[in-house]
Amino acid sequence: MRARLLLLGLSLAIGASACSPIEPWVKPYERENIADPIMAFNRDPISQAYIDHVYEVREAARGATGGSGGGCGCN
Amino acid sequence: MQTADSRLTPFTISRRARVGVALVLAWSAASMSPATVLPEERADVMYHRYDGGDVTVSGPSVLVRKNVGEKLSIAANYYTDFVSSASIDVQTSASPYDETRNQYSLSADLLNGKSVYSLGYIRSSESDYQADTAFFGVSQSLFGDLTTISFGYRYGDNDIGRNVAGVLDPDFNEQMKTQGFSAGVSQVLTRNMILALNYEVVTDEGFLRSPYRSVRYITGPTTQALQSEAYPRTRTSNAAALRGKYFLPWRAAAELGYRYYRDTWGVRGHTADLGYTHPIGKWTLDGSVRYYRQDRADFYRDLYPRRDFANFLSRDKELATYDNLT
Repeated sequence: MRARLLLLGLSLAIGASACSPIEPWVKPYERENIADPIMAFNRDPISQAYIDHVYEVREAARGATGGSGGGCGCN
Repeated sequence: MQTADSRLTPFTISRRARVGVALVLAWSAASMSPATVLPEERADVMYHRYDGGDVTVSGPSVLVRKNVGEKLSIAANYYTDFVSSASIDVQTSASPYDETRNQYSLSADLLNGKSVYSLGYIRSSESDYQADTAFFGVSQSLFGDLTTISFGYRYGDNDIGRNVAGVLDPDFNEQMKTQGFSAGVSQVLTRNMILALNYEVVTDEGFLRSPYRSVRYITGPTTQALQSEAYPRTRTSNAAALRGKYFLPWRAAAELGYRYYRDTWGVRGHTADLGYTHPIGKWTLDGSVRYYRQDRADFYRDLYPRRDFANFLSRDKELATYDNLT
């Protein structure tokens, strides 16, 4: 029931947004800071992939880091 | 950076401190591309070394990324790591391991309107393990480019062998398949703040234990014996991560992240991290603190009361209760 209500709400929200497009509240000319390379989530992909791999070798947790890899080196 | 397990109080080092030291030397030449959402062209050479949690990982890595025309970007990466572990297993069964792993990957990103399609292939080889992974992803920016949604899928085929006295055992060959589905949303909240939510489910099927490791069990008041590990043949994990990044007035960025993990083997993991990025001229200074904690898998035990005590037996330190501050 709750899922249906959620779905209904979601479709209403999507429907409403289709009729009146959402105005971007951060204007293109205000995005200088956001566009700065230091604001990227994965600024240095190889060292990040490496660090993720190291953690995966030692820890059970995996995933949702934004990268992907193969093999483990931990048998 | 030197750190110690001390329940998020970095100034007291507990006696059984697990110390994680990560050293990453990276040289990178990146040329900024014009306003596009394709990744920027770059050439990176890196040497890395990590020492912590009884594991040392080191090696070089090279990445080259080149644009072909305005819509296509191609990347190739070569990565070697040398993993060596002198774990507590050494005291009971011979499993200190030294392993060299070579990884090659090739990927392409195609820009089409407000979407980026990615496709790639990764091959990872060790003397006793070969992994082939193919992945596909799509990301789309919405609502005046304030929101980006992304989906990804990967499939991995793993060929597992066993070395006996340094030679591959011809009678031992096992398979493992991995599939991963990921979804993410990143949202510009204000002119200085961006938030990203990522979710990933990974499911493994096949041979999941180590071909080498054993578990210990009690045979008498002072005696113990060893038997092979026994693992389930499937494992499914769910992970959700929320990250936020804030632009500070003096041109620096602060980042905060949290990830929750759980899997069908009963492991729960929490990861929290805090980062700071500060550019000084041509250099960029990055610092981060990360705390990780996990509960053990349901079937993990350091010492079992008798032989064949349960259907599943493991003494893998990866599945033990563990926490670490890096």
